[in-house]
Amino acid sequence: MNWEIVIGLETHAQLSTASKMFSGASTAFGAEPNTQASAVDIALPGVLPVVNKGAVERAIRFGLAVGGEKVINRRSVFARKNYFYPDLPKGYQISQFELPIVKGGEIPIVSPSRGEIRIRLTRAHLEEDAGKSFHGEAFSAVPDYAVADLAVPDVPVVDESRDLRELSAIDFNRAGVPLLEIVSEPDMRSAEEAVAYAKALHSLVRWIDICDGNMQEGSFRCDANVSVRRPGEPLGTRCEIKNLNSFRFMERAIEFEAKRQIEILEGGGKVVQETRLYDSDRDETRSLRVKEEAHDYRYFPDPDLLPLEVSDEWIEEIKATMPELPEAKRKRYVSTLKISPATALQVTASHDKSEFFERSLGAADLGMFPTAPQDIALTIVGDLAGFLNEAGLDFAESPVTPEQLARLRTRVLDGSISGKSAKEVLSEMWAGKGDPDAIIAAKGLKQISDSGAIERIVDEVLAANAKQVEDFRAGKEKAFNSLVGRVMKATGGKANPAQVNEILKRKLAS
Amino acid sequence: MLNASLKELSAALAQGKISSVELTKLFLDRIQKMGALNAFITVDAEKSLAQAGAADERIAKGDAKPLTGIPVAHKDIFVAKDWLTTCGSKILSNFVGPYDAHVIERFNAAGAVLLGKTNMDEFAMGSSSENSFYGPVRNPWSRDCVPGGSSGGSAAVIAARMAPAATGTDTGGSIRQPAALSGVSGLKPTYGLVSRYGMIAFASSLDQGGPIAKSAEDLALLLNVMVGFDARDSTSIERPAEDYTLDLDKPLSGLRIGVPKEHFGEGLSGDVGKAVEAALAQFEKLGAKRVSISLPSSGLSVPAYYVIAPAEASSNLSRFDGVRYGYRASGYRDLADMYRKTRAEGFGAEVRRRILIGTYVLSHGYYDAYYLKAQKIRRLIAQDFVEAFKQCDLVIGPTSPTVAFRIGAKAADPVKMYLNDIYTTPANLAGLPAMSIPCGFGNGKLPVGLHITGNYFAEARMLNAAHQYQKATDWHARRPAGIEP
Repeated sequence: MNWEIVIGLETHAQLSTASKMFSGASTAFGAEPNTQASAVDIALPGVLPVVNKGAVERAIRFGLAVGGEKVINRRSVFARKNYFYPDLPKGYQISQFELPIVKGGEIPIVSPSRGEIRIRLTRAHLEEDAGKSFHGEAFSAVPDYAVADLAVPDVPVVDESRDLRELSAIDFNRAGVPLLEIVSEPDMRSAEEAVAYAKALHSLVRWIDICDGNMQEGSFRCDANVSVRRPGEPLGTRCEIKNLNSFRFMERAIEFEAKRQIEILEGGGKVVQETRLYDSDRDETRSLRVKEEAHDYRYFPDPDLLPLEVSDEWIEEIKATMPELPEAKRKRYVSTLKISPATALQVTASHDKSEFFERSLGAADLGMFPTAPQDIALTIVGDLAGFLNEAGLDFAESPVTPEQLARLRTRVLDGSISGKSAKEVLSEMWAGKGDPDAIIAAKGLKQISDSGAIERIVDEVLAANAKQVEDFRAGKEKAFNSLVGRVMKATGGKANPAQVNEILKRKLAS
Repeated sequence: MLNASLKELSAALAQGKISSVELTKLFLDRIQKMGALNAFITVDAEKSLAQAGAADERIAKGDAKPLTGIPVAHKDIFVAKDWLTTCGSKILSNFVGPYDAHVIERFNAAGAVLLGKTNMDEFAMGSSSENSFYGPVRNPWSRDCVPGGSSGGSAAVIAARMAPAATGTDTGGSIRQPAALSGVSGLKPTYGLVSRYGMIAFASSLDQGGPIAKSAEDLALLLNVMVGFDARDSTSIERPAEDYTLDLDKPLSGLRIGVPKEHFGEGLSGDVGKAVEAALAQFEKLGAKRVSISLPSSGLSVPAYYVIAPAEASSNLSRFDGVRYGYRASGYRDLADMYRKTRAEGFGAEVRRRILIGTYVLSHGYYDAYYLKAQKIRRLIAQDFVEAFKQCDLVIGPTSPTVAFRIGAKAADPVKMYLNDIYTTPANLAGLPAMSIPCGFGNGKLPVGLHITGNYFAEARMLNAAHQYQKATDWHARRPAGIEP
């Protein structure tokens, strides 16, 4: 009997505000340690948090995108999650517990095995990030750092006589950075589905402009809850896997973890509920702490902050600024532009890509060429995406403009050039050689679509190849291809092949 | 000058009868003479006199405001830039304020002189000012007695005429109870009127800063400076500025005074009850009407308070971990050991006790039974007052069940100590303004305090009643024996 893998994901998306969740300090990445840590961020005595409205607005955008206004709690409550750790300056993290800002919602994904499915969200809540600890050698790389550099100049924490390599240091630049923690239901049944969900979420948060999605800088981080069971049985004991900082690692970590759990169960053992860390170097997960060691966080409503009230008017205002969402676009492309579902999915994978596509469409004559949307979309997700990938560029940075791309594909659709020539022209456009028409003219790639001219050449070829004509008429289909080849050769490959076929067929039938 | 009201001092400064530097020196001398009371943690003559000099220039330029040039003593819970700010604790014994609290900013803007930082129960936890790393404060009326707490330093400073004005904070009675036990006037405003920014947090949902002074009139002037919206405190209330001196002279005819029967029952010492009864009679003479009311849930206020306040405190005090500032133990083995030793050595017994209580009541499995239940009681207590204020304008009773007790008398019995707060905690739990003014003397010729609670934002009304009472009586003007003018 088979095993079924059950996965739920917890994702931390860093909200793209200029200042922190509860202070005015900058959130810019990569600054010198502790240069972006205000009195509030390092929890000096007497300081108080003030909610960043921009972060709340971004959480509302997320709610609108995954479920509309009904999933946005008009009243949510910030709570303190209490635990001690040196990079947690207050000794508690301000988060949301019983009443999160977003409750419910769903993310549509395309599963490799189950097709179009919807992953339900449990909740999404606002919280602040912690600082970053450096230990031993890592610390010695930043020897200038000392807490004494912070706002309390008279309190040296680092004793000069000690070897810096024995010490730990903390950079509080990250402390207080706003996060939206997005928790899914355990709705995924394979590592591929988990990755499809994570990618869809990653695309969505950038699409609605609430997170830059930079996984290297930690702006988008996932933890996976994984369990296995026999189909139809209740949920098995789960393990939480941390440190999944790329989609590839996520897939491998989940696969490893599911295999590990299956082996335990098949060996007659029991899975222990625990938190595990994925080690990408060894491609394995290992135990971080078991449930018994888990903290009692002693959550309670933060008395420094009033309940977060969100008015219907504010939601309406934000709604008016929301872009068309990927799923709606995808459906519209299929129903009104007659694009294949697979291509529509690809072209809506990112906001940049679909923007590029729509700008291209604007430059094409859809009345004359009804198949242009599918043709253009395929070129975007195919050849152009290939060039951009290789160069490491986004669609927004493409040297080929949407308008140029539309003109190029129009030349194919109107028969001016062949599909094969189009690829050559695109390479030239990519290399900055200018407009497609200029390139076509310069390279002499224009097809002969003048039927009079083609007819004359066909007549000549037929007259000169009586043997092949005879063979064809005797039923040898292959002779037809040979005749096509000769016509193409006689035109230097520039004749429109469809026209050649049609004329040749007509002449041979007469 | 030492006995002068703020109004008189302000006039003397304006008329050039005395300069701010002279006035500040006068009080600095006085502080030195009264050193045995241990009312101050930090005095810095140089800094104070520099501020006084600046105030004199301002007065000379004709740019003076009502408090310009007047020395004010601040409870050592308010962070002040470049001033040691300890909160009465070893754990902050090396902490120099890197910024000014909102309250300090307001006094600076008014041109007041920071006269020093007053002693207090560590992190404002206590009712006797015995729980200070810097030693107990002594009551000017009887040096073997406590001055009340936690703002005992500020109350003693006013009683002993070491400063013309002081600030305190009140989480469960920490302004009013020491005001009562030290024979001075103190007011806790409506929650949210005075910004908590820079006021080191004990229990955030209850903490409120307020003035301590010799009279209601002085309190009104101080309140005018302290109250004001502050965007850095999310619980700060934005409302039009009010001049609390405007209504002081209104007659009290028609004022309805609610007397809660629950505050005159078991536990109230006879001498205190007698003084309070006499004060109520005085109010009737002034035209007020006495109404008997009930606050049925008030008996639950101490238990509810001693769940909510420690719960918030246990979390608020987590930041004192020895990592970034403040005291750090030496000779630790690892991180956990550093935390353990730093906090065990850095906090006193009462603070440790409350952190333990708070941690316990927030723990998994106990949260509903303690914290949530206490929050429900809190709503019931607030509801009691909603009903009460349908029948009366002010609620009046005793501030504390007894007069000042001897140092050490209750130190071994925390529950006995906590019961000092029985009449004061309801106002904090409900967020209401409340004050204490002197109303006579009880056993041992020690002062008795009269407790006045008003409806939300009724500070002007309370001050009006208190001022009229003080015009008709002289309890507030009495001075401890041996305290020369």
